[in-house]
Amino acid sequence: MHCVLFLSDQGNLSSVRHIVLVLSGKGGVGKSTISTELALALRHSGKRVGILDVDLCGPSIPRMLSAQDKDVHQCDSGWVPVFVDQEKSISLMSIGFLLEKPDDAVVWRGPKKNALIKQFINDVAWGDLDFLIVDTPPGTSDEHISTVDSLRPFQPLGAILVTTPQAVSVGDVRRELTFCKKTGLRVIGIIENMSGFVCPHCSECTNIFSSGGGEELARHAEVPFLGCVPLDPQLSQSLEQGRDFIQEFPKSAAYPAINHITQQLLQQAEQQNS
Amino acid sequence: MADVPENAPGNCPGSNSSEAGKGSACQGCPNQSLCASGAGSAASDPAIERIKEKMMSVKHKILILSGKGGVGKSTFSAHLAHGLAEDETKQVALLDVDICGPSIPKMMGLEGEQVHQSGSGWSPVYVEDNLGVMSVGFLLSSPDDAVIWRGPKKNGMIKQFLRDVDWGDLDYLIVDTPPGTSDEHLSVVQYLSAAHIDGAVIITTPQEVSLQDVRKEINFCRKVKLPIIGVVENMSGFICPKCKNESQIFPPTTGGAEKMCHDLKVPLLGKVPLDPRIGKSCDNGTSFLSEVPDSPSATAYRNIIQRIQEHCDMLLRENYQKQ
Repeated sequence: MHCVLFLSDQGNLSSVRHIVLVLSGKGGVGKSTISTELALALRHSGKRVGILDVDLCGPSIPRMLSAQDKDVHQCDSGWVPVFVDQEKSISLMSIGFLLEKPDDAVVWRGPKKNALIKQFINDVAWGDLDFLIVDTPPGTSDEHISTVDSLRPFQPLGAILVTTPQAVSVGDVRRELTFCKKTGLRVIGIIENMSGFVCPHCSECTNIFSSGGGEELARHAEVPFLGCVPLDPQLSQSLEQGRDFIQEFPKSAAYPAINHITQQLLQQAEQQNS
Repeated sequence: MADVPENAPGNCPGSNSSEAGKGSACQGCPNQSLCASGAGSAASDPAIERIKEKMMSVKHKILILSGKGGVGKSTFSAHLAHGLAEDETKQVALLDVDICGPSIPKMMGLEGEQVHQSGSGWSPVYVEDNLGVMSVGFLLSSPDDAVIWRGPKKNGMIKQFLRDVDWGDLDYLIVDTPPGTSDEHLSVVQYLSAAHIDGAVIITTPQEVSLQDVRKEINFCRKVKLPIIGVVENMSGFICPKCKNESQIFPPTTGGAEKMCHDLKVPLLGKVPLDPRIGKSCDNGTSFLSEVPDSPSATAYRNIIQRIQEHCDMLLRENYQKQ
């Protein structure tokens, strides 16, 4: 225990209260979307939030928060993250800020990716944060092993797993659950994203990517099910333009779902505090 | 640095330099041990030569790529394989190099199948007489098994898939890849460098969040000199089965794939609309093309498959003329 305290005193993460990883075995299920919306929702409940984007080959968060043109600066204790709002309540670090041209491909093998992730975890001056949300690329490989290893001394609150309802996606998330078990990472719960689409013309709900897969997986694996987020064109539109969905569309279908998930996250964080 | 192979990872110190095989960029490169031993550029990984021989009996090799995950690479790969194999005179194989998230076994209805060993290597698992499949999924003992591997181990697996699988004589080898521009992609391109790849089909969805990753993938192809056959826009609009009105679930706020293809001067092969029955076919391991042959999405798939076929035939003719 003593050793852990010593380590966390040293790092830039020492005044970060809760670290939450967002994981999925499958790509394109909405990891970055969930990370972004959770950050916005936490901000609206008065928390200070940081987002660390460790998806090195396909960083999406800068655009989703309309921060793609900003730059990272240096200070004595390392890199200064980019603040996405005037109040400086959401800070963000992503490889997107380090590329000369936005279309540059990061053609790196594992060891180089691992080195940058270590830097991202140790050398970003986050300052005082209630939550640090770590958004990851799909899979169970270099980025994930390095992130979990480097974060271990800081005792992360756990991982949120995102899936879409269809069996093909649930299959990959089952493997991600095994990854969490093997690396000793606590599972906060599973979110089923893109769960049903309500036609804006006739209000008919179509399960484009099937339904219920995430909930069933949570029951099967005996981990909490945090909720279903429906497909919502207003949500994709907000993300495309980097706008605050939580503030602008409180009446939309996805809003109550995201809010509900945020409340559960806050409760679990409360338990870690006490 | 003349001794940097053109398909080398970024920051390659060059195979003749004193740093060869020792730099941080060298870790995980298939040539690392050779470079470190001072063999220099003349000798590359002997596997590349072996793979070239193996691939002599494969007429066309097509990679399915996308910078973004979950846009439908595996769905498209599976249906391209099904579509090409409908012609019983053609031999088709599908190789899944997504080591951490293999979806192909489920989509082809082969979950739980195992690979058999024969004298000439691993035998692929066959869906039809003329359609063979290989995936890391066939090597796992349970669907919960996670493949928690770093790059070098993944590269070793891909090398084995290309070198040690008894593919036989093939008309088409389709390679389905994971998202990104990293180990798996570099390895496939490197190992197949001597064998000649027909080209890459790049899959995207219409929204900018996806396109920005796909532009990176196009730049990757240009960097490693991989020809691009064209781009497919997937999940392009959704027609409500009840009221038949179209909704843009993933809105093309920046002009979609059409504008990107125009800007980057790559061909657009077609657009496939969202259809809930596609996902269902994939979950059940059946071919959407034969389940719902008259749907707009099936027609879109068929047109795209035909364009790919024409492209491959054209390359073949050009090669004959050169000889």
